[in-house]
Amino acid sequence: MTELVIFSLLNGLVTGLLLFMLSSGLTLIFSMMGVLNFAHASFYMLGAYFAYTISSYIGFWPGLIVAPLLVGLAGALVERYGLRHVHRHGHVAELIFTFGLAFLIEEIVQFFWGRATKDYSEPELLHFPLFTLYGQNFPAYKAFMILISIGIFIGLFTVLSRSRIGLIIQAAITHPHTVSNLGHNVPLVFMGVFGVGSALAGLAGVIAGPALGTFPGMAFVLGSIVFVVIVVGGLGSLPGAFVASLLIGWLQTFAIALDWSVNDLLDILGVSFDADHVLRDLWTLSLPQVAPILPYILLILILIFRPTGLMGKRET
Amino acid sequence: MSASETTTARVVAPDTEPAWKRVADDQMRRGAFTRTLPMWVGAFALLMVMPLLFPSAVGVTIMNQMGISIVFALSYNMLLGQGGMLSFGHAVYFGLGGFLSVHVMNYVEYDGWWLPLPLLPFLGGLFGLAFAIPIAGFSTRRAGTVFAMISLGVGELVAACSIIFVAFFGGEEGVSGDRTMGPPVFGSEFLSEVEVYYLTAVIVLISALFMYLFSRTPAGRMANAVRDNEERAEFVGYSQRYVRFVSFCAAGFFAGVAGGLFAINYEILTEENLNLVTSGWVLLMAFIGGVGFFIGPIVGAILLTLLQTVLSNHTELWQLYVGILFVLTVMYAPRGLTGLVMMHGPALRAGRLGMLAVPYAIAVVPLLALLAGTALLLEMGHTANQSVVGESEAHVFGLTLDVTTALPWVVAAVLAVGGGYGLYRIAQYLRDAFAQATGPAGGHQ
Repeated sequence: MTELVIFSLLNGLVTGLLLFMLSSGLTLIFSMMGVLNFAHASFYMLGAYFAYTISSYIGFWPGLIVAPLLVGLAGALVERYGLRHVHRHGHVAELIFTFGLAFLIEEIVQFFWGRATKDYSEPELLHFPLFTLYGQNFPAYKAFMILISIGIFIGLFTVLSRSRIGLIIQAAITHPHTVSNLGHNVPLVFMGVFGVGSALAGLAGVIAGPALGTFPGMAFVLGSIVFVVIVVGGLGSLPGAFVASLLIGWLQTFAIALDWSVNDLLDILGVSFDADHVLRDLWTLSLPQVAPILPYILLILILIFRPTGLMGKRET
Repeated sequence: MSASETTTARVVAPDTEPAWKRVADDQMRRGAFTRTLPMWVGAFALLMVMPLLFPSAVGVTIMNQMGISIVFALSYNMLLGQGGMLSFGHAVYFGLGGFLSVHVMNYVEYDGWWLPLPLLPFLGGLFGLAFAIPIAGFSTRRAGTVFAMISLGVGELVAACSIIFVAFFGGEEGVSGDRTMGPPVFGSEFLSEVEVYYLTAVIVLISALFMYLFSRTPAGRMANAVRDNEERAEFVGYSQRYVRFVSFCAAGFFAGVAGGLFAINYEILTEENLNLVTSGWVLLMAFIGGVGFFIGPIVGAILLTLLQTVLSNHTELWQLYVGILFVLTVMYAPRGLTGLVMMHGPALRAGRLGMLAVPYAIAVVPLLALLAGTALLLEMGHTANQSVVGESEAHVFGLTLDVTTALPWVVAAVLAVGGGYGLYRIAQYLRDAFAQATGPAGGHQ
């Protein structure tokens, strides 16, 4: 049991921090422009694919730097020539645009890289078990993922709260016109934030690609969960996104690890049901089975009972 | 009632709405059905002769698919176009209606239920409605981003549940049935595709008619008002939440009807029919067609079904083309293809449509060059990227091109770049010509 808990904690931390790398950019973009970027996870996928191609020529480590930069550039271009154009039609149009973009990016990825999963793997340098506990290995690459994510978190927090650029960004969120009147180029700030947010998603893709697989559906798998994270955390709240990322990371890993089912509960209560009943699926329901839907149940509960999210100020 | 509506309409757009439109709107309200009756009769006649024009099995199959898509897309537009609610989970009601219909088909076959097949889609609709009611209860509080998020969450939730609850959803392989086991209707047991076509056509027409009439009821009109300005709609005395609730439930019902039609047509439903992909597809259909017009989703459903069935036979890249079409529509034609046609209305009424003939004829040349060049580049790129080693021939437009030689690439690039540049050069000329044709009489804009 201890072993299970420790490893679930660690794996949940990896998932949660990965989610945070995506949700931090997404929530930052949302609080600035009021746009929920549906294509955010697509930039994550682009990061993984770029890094795959780069790593097949010059290795993993240059890809770690170059791929996020390329993704950031792509994000900035999307903001400048796509989103800004659609902006005058309102938020719903923007949401539809990013949805179309997500659809298009998936097709573009299939165009260039095909439908099959790519053999993008972690570097040799990190290909060893970091430590062994109760006979189970913890791979060094996962520790590396944790390290990178925490580094990004600290970096982002420092830039936002301590630097001049962070000051301008924070001001532009609440008072764009005042900031503009002070002589700052607010559209440029928007483009920059969108680019940096995309680059963060790209970086998440670079480090998640080897661990979770690099395939055309990877954006789809993670995309909706990231939305859940930022709504549960509270739209526009960075600390909320952090808490919700970890919460959902752990929720999912523990649900998969703990093989409890409704049947077990019924056994404890001393009730039994006949196995052929129409509702049989309900009684054999186990925790690993419902793991994929737990985040969405959480989302709906949050939206009903606490529409501001865990730490958000504005009502969603 | 009618006074408050007119007020809302005027408050929303005091200057932009021309007098003729206001008059037309008033007339429309008085006789929504009688005034449009000729059109419905025409549509009915067209639907009845279609199988004679396209008698092939493929043609009938495609038309059946179109019918299903039309009902589905129209129901989606009750949310997005008429109510301003962007849903990413509309396939839930479509799928649930379909699943229930297949189960009922099985009850008819094995448990001796008595149910004529034409009623089945409406049963599916009621099931869709039954699910829409509780979900509408908590998701219609707000529109916009929040509504979109909830719809996405619900969509994912139901899609994930469909894998867990095998008894109802049939797990990976889905649930299948047999439509021919019910009592015969007018001597038909719906063994052939053509019989199913006529059944589908009638139900499509009935559903479209009722959805159209719904859009003309006070509930439908208030949905427009809430979409345009929820605050003002509340001042008029309507709860925005309740107005959205009604639209949402109606949309859920008709999505269920579409699902029932799907069940009759394919006799099988799988998880695919209610997941995010299907939800996204209906958004594409409605938006590309044009969400601002009642006929828009019909246009979109027909076009995208054609792309899905015909284009996919010719190229593996058809979804890429659909994606490009969608993004271009969002960016440059937010009122959809119908909007592109409808914006020529003023020119037509002013009798100056002919002025656009020459500019458009000129524009067609670079446009075709751009499209052909882009398609060639994409198809050759696809072949060069994906094909097995040794195969280097791309088949485009009936041509066979060797992608290892430079010539096809150069030709394609010249077409694409030249076409793009040509369009760029004549863009201002086109804008001027359009402004002149649609602008106030005799003047320049």
